[in-house]
Amino acid sequence: MSHSETHPQVSYLEYQGKYKGILGWLTTTDHKRIALLYMYCIVVFFFVAAILGLTMSIEKMRPGQDIMNAQTYNGLFTVHGIIMIFMIVIPGLAAVFGNFALPLLIGARDVAFPKLNLFSWYLYVIGAILAVLSQLLKGGAPDTGWTFYVPYSAGSSTNVIWALTAAFILGFSNILTGLNFIVTIHRMRAPGMTWFKMPLFPWSLYATAWIQVLATPIVGITLLMVIAERVLHIGFFDPALGGDPVLFQHLFWIYSHPAVYIMILPAMGVITEIFPTFSQKPVFGYGAIAISSLAIAFVGYFVWGHHMFTSGISYWSKWFFSFLTFIVAVPSAIKVFNWISTMYGGSIQMRPPLLYAISFVFLFMIGGFTGLFLGALATNVQLHDTTFVVAHFHYIIFGGMGFAFFAAIHYWYPKMYGKMYSDRWAYIAWGFTFVGFNLLYFPQFIIGVQGMPRRYFDYLPQFQWGHMLSGFGAFILLIGLILMAWNLIYHVKRGAIAPANPWKGVTLEWQIASPPTLENFEEIPVIKHNPYWFGTEEEIKREKKSVTRNT
Amino acid sequence: MAEIKNIAPSEHHDYQGSKMGMWLFIFTELFLFGGLFLVYAVFRTQYSADFHKAAEETNTFIGTLNTVVLLISSMTVAMSITAIQSNQKGRAIRLLLVTLVLASVFMVNKYFEWGHKFELKLYPGSEVLTNLPKGELLFFGLYFMMTGLHAIHVLVGMILLTVTIFRIKSGHIHTGNFSMIENSGLYWHLVDLIWIFLFPMMYLIT
Repeated sequence: MSHSETHPQVSYLEYQGKYKGILGWLTTTDHKRIALLYMYCIVVFFFVAAILGLTMSIEKMRPGQDIMNAQTYNGLFTVHGIIMIFMIVIPGLAAVFGNFALPLLIGARDVAFPKLNLFSWYLYVIGAILAVLSQLLKGGAPDTGWTFYVPYSAGSSTNVIWALTAAFILGFSNILTGLNFIVTIHRMRAPGMTWFKMPLFPWSLYATAWIQVLATPIVGITLLMVIAERVLHIGFFDPALGGDPVLFQHLFWIYSHPAVYIMILPAMGVITEIFPTFSQKPVFGYGAIAISSLAIAFVGYFVWGHHMFTSGISYWSKWFFSFLTFIVAVPSAIKVFNWISTMYGGSIQMRPPLLYAISFVFLFMIGGFTGLFLGALATNVQLHDTTFVVAHFHYIIFGGMGFAFFAAIHYWYPKMYGKMYSDRWAYIAWGFTFVGFNLLYFPQFIIGVQGMPRRYFDYLPQFQWGHMLSGFGAFILLIGLILMAWNLIYHVKRGAIAPANPWKGVTLEWQIASPPTLENFEEIPVIKHNPYWFGTEEEIKREKKSVTRNT
Repeated sequence: MAEIKNIAPSEHHDYQGSKMGMWLFIFTELFLFGGLFLVYAVFRTQYSADFHKAAEETNTFIGTLNTVVLLISSMTVAMSITAIQSNQKGRAIRLLLVTLVLASVFMVNKYFEWGHKFELKLYPGSEVLTNLPKGELLFFGLYFMMTGLHAIHVLVGMILLTVTIFRIKSGHIHTGNFSMIENSGLYWHLVDLIWIFLFPMMYLIT
């Protein structure tokens, strides 16, 4: 392209197109800039929702009413859920790091449809504004929980329609991102990059994108049906009008269970990029990881019924869904074994991205195993709708997707901004985050088993110790998050200049300048090796010797 | 497909890619309607007698007429794509205009059909409808929701075809670059296809 020839050295951050400054960002079709736009929105909303979560924890530190009334509390957990699920964890990794790294990893100049990419960001912003409005407008924050279960959501007098519309639009934005990625991966891999020479983060994005494209429309139409129920009195789900509330639950979870894999698959992909880089060793079981991503996406489509074991579905469908739930744990476990085996015998550099990645594995294991308690029919009846469930999905979503997000930002930060953050502060922030996280959520497993229901404003005195610890954990966690954000934001301007390849990674994004130029590659690379090829055995031996000499 | 053929689309318009994107989008549309088909199937099983009775209320003549209209319009779109490929710009535009006229005929029929239902006080939330047996109530709920959502898609398709006409006029679409008209055509066939399923479900099966 002509402009890249005239300014070959200018990075995408400095590049000036038709418009300057902020307008240049708002009209950009560059995948890297769009990634940053997504990231800024997501980080802001994340802190908003995190503070909502903190106030909930404070309220529950003592039984009875302390800082808010019960209706406000209902609004808070709904808002917290809607923002966290639809605006942060579902788009999160794919929209931010998928957009940023996917074209770099497959050796492309951009995604397949750059304008569509920008359009989906705008849809995201419109959806986000509607979601925020639903909290502020007259009528009161929606109080249905993020799941919008009918018949309550059809009757609640709060701003449910706004929240439903927001979720619909956010879903549409998500579909377009998925569509874009599928075409990008099919059409734009560098010459020579066959499917099995493609790095594993793109593999996981590919699996995710298919779920986004095939599952999201179902929740779209379901939300439209609830809107129709509220506005037009078409009662598909209202028993008084002949409808069936359990049908809503089916339709909702047909999307919303696969949505869990929209959250976690890209997280697994990020982690899979980090382990080989910091172990300086090819990933163990490349094929197994690639195929297990697809297997998770496929099987994950058929397990939605495990959300409904107590809703009155037939014995055989319970049995079937429970069985498949256990099956879907297998490919996840395969990945865990592969990550650990990748580290075995490698030259491990314990830098912040790897620390977060290892924490991911630890927390994800706890989340995954407790998921099996919930997938088993007998224990599910005991644990359903207790804080055990809350703790379980926070270990998966926050401990999994959240920590993977932190790992990813620490991993690609030098590439994004061309600067290095302080490792020391990253470790300190990690310490607070990790300790705070476990203190916040682990007690909820225990009081959940003892019978503490979720979404309850008040509770019996014997559960207070758990809520008290959770409250302290929430504070520690927030301190960690603020430290982390400060460390990253501060060093965008003042950090040391990052080299092109600070971690000695071998995937394509590390072979170009930090930050990359507008079109990423001066010349599209031709791929000859598998993506985690650290050189011939001779070269690796020589490298190892020089490392041992130096240390 | 040989891997070496992957060309960076910033340098070339990626014909295959844009078509693939459109197909994926069509999948999502099918799943969107699929949710409603599923709901239809569930309630049809649950209230088959009521559905039988309610379906007799729908106007099979208008339904059939609209099916024919849409099928012909799909043909004219397909013909206009062939016209573009053989470099007959004027003919392609004329055929698209015929498609738009047919789409309008469809919408006008729909208007009269719905208008008649409203006259009979058979609209969602009306007292007459609410007092009907549950299954009939649900049938009309589905009838309005499905044909309504389909009508929105007809309108979107009409907008797309109009844009396509202007793009042909301005010379953006020509024998060498016709993926936009092909994609709008695909969308139009989707609108047609969904109707072909809606028609028997609402009008023929009584």
